[in-house]
Amino acid sequence: SMAEEGEKKPVLEMVQADGADDGCVTFVMHNEDHTLGNSLRYMIMKNPDVEFCGYTITHPSESKINFRIQTRGGIPAVEPLQNGLNELHEVCQHVLNTFQARVNEFKEAQEKPME
Amino acid sequence: MAAPMSNVEEIRSRVILGEFGVKNVHTTDFPGNYPGFDDTWDMKRFQKNFRIDVVHLDENSMEFDMVGIDAAIANAFRRILLAEVPTMAIEKVFIYNNTSIVQDEVLAHRLGLIPIKADPRLFEFKNTEEEASEIDTIKLQLKIKCSRNPRASKDSSDPQELYLNHMVYSKDIEWVPIGNQADVFADSCIRPVHDDILIAQLRPGQELDIIMHCVKGIGKKVAKVVNSRLDTCSREVLRHSDLKNCVKLGRVRDHFIFTVESTGILPPDVLVTEAIQVLMAKCQSFLSEMNSVDME
Repeated sequence: SMAEEGEKKPVLEMVQADGADDGCVTFVMHNEDHTLGNSLRYMIMKNPDVEFCGYTITHPSESKINFRIQTRGGIPAVEPLQNGLNELHEVCQHVLNTFQARVNEFKEAQEKPME
Repeated sequence: MAAPMSNVEEIRSRVILGEFGVKNVHTTDFPGNYPGFDDTWDMKRFQKNFRIDVVHLDENSMEFDMVGIDAAIANAFRRILLAEVPTMAIEKVFIYNNTSIVQDEVLAHRLGLIPIKADPRLFEFKNTEEEASEIDTIKLQLKIKCSRNPRASKDSSDPQELYLNHMVYSKDIEWVPIGNQADVFADSCIRPVHDDILIAQLRPGQELDIIMHCVKGIGKKVAKVVNSRLDTCSREVLRHSDLKNCVKLGRVRDHFIFTVESTGILPPDVLVTEAIQVLMAKCQSFLSEMNSVDME
């Protein structure tokens, strides 16, 4: 288990069935919901090494999701998770850069009176 | 006329509005689903096709198109804008005196809903255990007493004329700087966003003496996003039997129209920027968690 000892609650836990291989893992992501769950699922489903990816919200009054990944060809499930997080971060960075560039262009065009 | 789209191409790129329902709602372009298509994630392809067009931008609202991104990610930005962009809001209300007819708890709740104009990026999240300090708390005061207007005419029955301070508005709330806040926020006077929110009504002799503490939190009412401009997804045409077999209604799957309305604390373009950064921070926090702990 990923649970750290001590006062702090864990952010991420790994749950595996007895005898299951590293390719079939349920990650418990605390304080997350559809916002990260669905966007991360999309990124991970885009990975051809992934056989299955899905998530559930355990209960409306609990703020955590069970995020399941099953891989092909014996690849450990943490790999696509890590790649997915990296790619989602990269996508956000590109969206952010594009958004700021367009907003700046729009503001400059507004300041200049029409020729 | 445009060349007809192949069936597979249509399922992949369009959401179809039928007479009795909506078809092809879910994203299906994942690797292995379609023979002959390489649907593996390709950052270069994404960057080439992704587009944002700003349509409108002012202090309180903006509208832009986001094209070439999956609904899951666009929706994540929308959800964060609605529920997770931090704001400063009144968290604690200390009522020293309240002789008005509004009960203490009702008054506290009304005060809690007033948007406060203060840049949340300049404050830290408050640790519940520790004392309030200048880096995480804004102190506000509402001290007001109603009295008779000595200059009111004898036979008047109009409260506006008869009393002074009988309507308590959000503009009566004053900022009490703590620590070095008076210097740090000298340029950006901290106060309610709107001056004309009615908080309570008083009669002569009644008074309010209240201290409020604002802290940073993830407000649920920061901004509003709706995905429709001109396009109301009307299916009216399908009710006319002579037309319904001639038309096919579809929506481009990866084209989103964002309308962002700000409550006035931060400009809408800053809200969107913050929302994107919140999603990035979520990714980063799990990545560093995975790096710090041995996953084996």
